[in-house]
Amino acid sequence: MSSGIVLSIRKHRNDLIRLVKEPVLLFGLSVIFILLMVFIVYPVFVSARLSLFPEGKFSLDVYKYIFTHNRFRTAITNSILLGAIVATTSTIIGFIFAYALTRTKVPGQKIFKSFVLLPMISPPFMFALSVILLFGRNGLITAGLLGLDRYNIYGLKGLAIVQTIGLFPLAYLTLSGILQAIDPDLEAGAMNLGAKRLRTFMTVTLPLAMPGIFASWLLVFVGSLTDFGNPMVIGGDFNVLSVQAYLEFTGMGNLPRGTALSILLLIPTVAIFLFQKYLLRKKSYTTITGKSTRRAALKATPLINNLLFIVCLIVLLFVLMFYVTIIGGSFVWLWGLDWSFTLKHFAYSFDVGLETLKDTIFLAVIATPVTALLGMLIAFFVVRKSFPGKHVMEFVTMMSYAIPGTAVGIGYILAFNKQPLLLSGTAFILIACYVFRNVPIGVEAGIAALKQISTDIEESSTNLGANSTYTFRRITLPLITPSFFAGATFAFVRCMTAISAIIFLVSARWNHLTVLILAQTEIMRLGVASALCFVLILIIMVFIGIIRKVIGLGQEKIFGTVS
Amino acid sequence: MLNEQIDITLSISDKWEAEDLVLRNIVKTFDDRRGGIVYAVNDISLTIQKGEFVTLLGPSGCGKTTTLRLIAGFEDPDRGEIILGRKNINNVPAFERNMPMVFQSYALFPHLSVFENIAYGLKVRKIQADIRKNDVEMALQLVNLIGLENRYPGELSGGQQQRVALARAIVLKPKIILFDEPLSNLDAKLRAQTRIEIKRLRQMLGITAVYVTHDQAEALSLSDRIVLMNKGKIEQIGTPEEIYNKPESLFVADFIGNANFLEAVVEDIGEESVVVSLQDRQVKIVKENTCSGLMEGEEVYLIIKPEAVRIGKNADDFKGKISSKFFLGTSMEYEIEFEDSIITSIQPNSGDLDMSIPAGEEISISFNKNYFQILKKD
Ligand SMILES: Nc1ncnc2c1ncn2[C@@H]1O[C@H](COP(=O)(O)OP(=O)(O)OP(=O)(O)O)[C@@H](O)[C@H]1O
Ligand SMILES: [Mg+2]
Repeated sequence: MSSGIVLSIRKHRNDLIRLVKEPVLLFGLSVIFILLMVFIVYPVFVSARLSLFPEGKFSLDVYKYIFTHNRFRTAITNSILLGAIVATTSTIIGFIFAYALTRTKVPGQKIFKSFVLLPMISPPFMFALSVILLFGRNGLITAGLLGLDRYNIYGLKGLAIVQTIGLFPLAYLTLSGILQAIDPDLEAGAMNLGAKRLRTFMTVTLPLAMPGIFASWLLVFVGSLTDFGNPMVIGGDFNVLSVQAYLEFTGMGNLPRGTALSILLLIPTVAIFLFQKYLLRKKSYTTITGKSTRRAALKATPLINNLLFIVCLIVLLFVLMFYVTIIGGSFVWLWGLDWSFTLKHFAYSFDVGLETLKDTIFLAVIATPVTALLGMLIAFFVVRKSFPGKHVMEFVTMMSYAIPGTAVGIGYILAFNKQPLLLSGTAFILIACYVFRNVPIGVEAGIAALKQISTDIEESSTNLGANSTYTFRRITLPLITPSFFAGATFAFVRCMTAISAIIFLVSARWNHLTVLILAQTEIMRLGVASALCFVLILIIMVFIGIIRKVIGLGQEKIFGTVS
Repeated sequence: MLNEQIDITLSISDKWEAEDLVLRNIVKTFDDRRGGIVYAVNDISLTIQKGEFVTLLGPSGCGKTTTLRLIAGFEDPDRGEIILGRKNINNVPAFERNMPMVFQSYALFPHLSVFENIAYGLKVRKIQADIRKNDVEMALQLVNLIGLENRYPGELSGGQQQRVALARAIVLKPKIILFDEPLSNLDAKLRAQTRIEIKRLRQMLGITAVYVTHDQAEALSLSDRIVLMNKGKIEQIGTPEEIYNKPESLFVADFIGNANFLEAVVEDIGEESVVVSLQDRQVKIVKENTCSGLMEGEEVYLIIKPEAVRIGKNADDFKGKISSKFFLGTSMEYEIEFEDSIITSIQPNSGDLDMSIPAGEEISISFNKNYFQILKKD
């Protein structure tokens, strides 16, 4: 055994020697490590310190206060309740979509597929705004069509609807991946052994999809827990943690308590993240052998097909109605009272929002390529290089995805408010926040791309005389460009629609459109808020369209039939 | 056409400066999933002379690819030295070793044209554009790919991709070329054709080559010497003839040529020969076909290749019974019940339609005694 230890020490030494042989690599790794430590680990550390050492001495008073006061205790139970409801409804709807789109031949699959992800690229509380317009006191449906007087949509009911719509696409994505990986031959096999359709579903499909269902439930739960925009707009008396943290921190100026609340938000999300990454993935039954070519899914009966089709259609129309409402809302004089057409909201938006809009785009345009490049670089190191500390690098990067925006925002304010890291109020703090919150997206995209490029290809470049840098530039980079842009697009969308962290970091000089929309909604200027939402969505759509055009072009020509 | 080709090759091989490659006590381990250690290469020593074509042969997982990757510099040995000429190259990074490798997957760059693929190594070395073009064209000609230089790898057949991979290596005029099962993705016919191609190129260019395969026909037909590996260790090194005709271990005998193992007992050890008893008969075997350290009365294996097992009707030969037969085209293979075991015999195809002996028939067997080989049991 001791010879084993000697060998493993030698291996580490070899890794080190390799690094020293390629100084660019060594330098790059060191810089990345420092950045990750400063912008991901350090803010969390500062937050934890403030909540545990409120006056410089260790004390649990802050937490004691939280757990003994009703306002905070209900915030905790409310958050959990809401999360559980939303996770359940979203997972059910997500499963129906995933099943319909991967396992059956319902008509209009293409259209469904292109619309189902739409909520993921919408501003964070657009649906909340829509719900107010539709079901609020002057709502089109509640007051207008049904004639209900002073109907109250604020609170749990409205939140559950809004978050479900916003988060079911996440469940759909998770589940369709899982369902696709289940070999249809298994279902065919069960039927072949005499099981009826329902029985096959219950005994084969569902159990195999169970880990995915569980994962999706947890993901949505976390999504609901960390959502800030919707509860802020439509929460009403329904207290939740993220909003309480914000109100304590910014409104009351009670920094330790606000911070402690953000830590309470952080603990379950990080725990779930770890659980899902390290435990659930290992348990997953679906093994992708790569050998069996994908056979067509079994044909479902017409009855099931129709049923699935109708459910999907209703959900989709419901979602679309929300978009139409926002567009409508931005063109009518006074929603619910005066339906005449106007452009005044746009004119007003232009007055109050032009600078902010410019800031928002500027910051996103700077942050996006940085995020995508950094993500690719980290992915490259993690997948292709061996060096000491590799797992730490991967872990910290992915971790940043799990930290709730509220905790990030508070952490950044606390960490970067004095020299030598005096960043608050600058554009830099916002860009850093975007970059490090979204870098896991770039890393995931990069890892997926790199795993598709066989190591042989990079090795053969090295073998022909190219060093790491040259190989990365001439071989790896061109091959991962499509994923690079996919990651960049997603990162851009997240920059444009950010709120929970950003709301702590904006300043008079650098504002964000979502913060402005929130402010307009709070003072019930719903027309202006709608107009701004509409503009935001348009910008995002145009950007995605351009990216699609640009990378859609060269790809096939370049890669021939190989990819 | 032929003259022109020879001209090209002369101008290329001018610059070919081969050197001996020495592996000394190389060990390479990997961590397995359960926290243990796998010895992929376990204390290998080997000298590859300049201009030599050496094949690493062995079953799947025996460490061939790992050895090749160690030579190429993709892996660092845990122990031992890799020496080129007189220089220890353990710490020379892969990109400075100048030992191009032909990958099993070809590893062509999908976003570069055939021309750019072949020119890649030259470009890395900052060779001037006009010289580069010239060299690439020569290489294209050598592998018969003229006219395809503007295609992308995705637009080529497997065999053509294979030749691009080859051209990409030889264009660098390397000291040594490494091959990792370069033919295993080709169909049988193309494989035979490319084998001939590689042999031709190598004779023209005098390349030093380290060639990995698990196909014995490839190894026997291409190599100057074969290194037979098993479980990370070398079982035997020798010319193809030595490996085939004089296996030094049961593993080698079994792996190469499907030898039959007959149980025998040593009767008498003489100056020039050893006498063993096979069933109730005595067989005399010349000393060079036996192994050292034999003792009288010891149970040993008599090794005999299927082509040395003859079937006849001679009454005083050994007795056996045909259990099944396989027509292979060039020959007929019989499985024969012999004592408690099954042995294999291969008879050349005589061209008669009714030459074969039906299954179930009692026959007599004779062995070509010069082929017998004694190996110790364990
Ligand atoms: N990167 C690695 N990590 C862990 N184990 C490895 C790695 N590479 C090789 N091994 C192990 O080392 C042993 C030798 O592998 P190697 O690839 O050299 O075999 P091979 O002789 O080339 O086999 P094949 O004919 O199948 O290609 C095998 O047991 C293999 O599982
Ligand atoms: Mg191999």
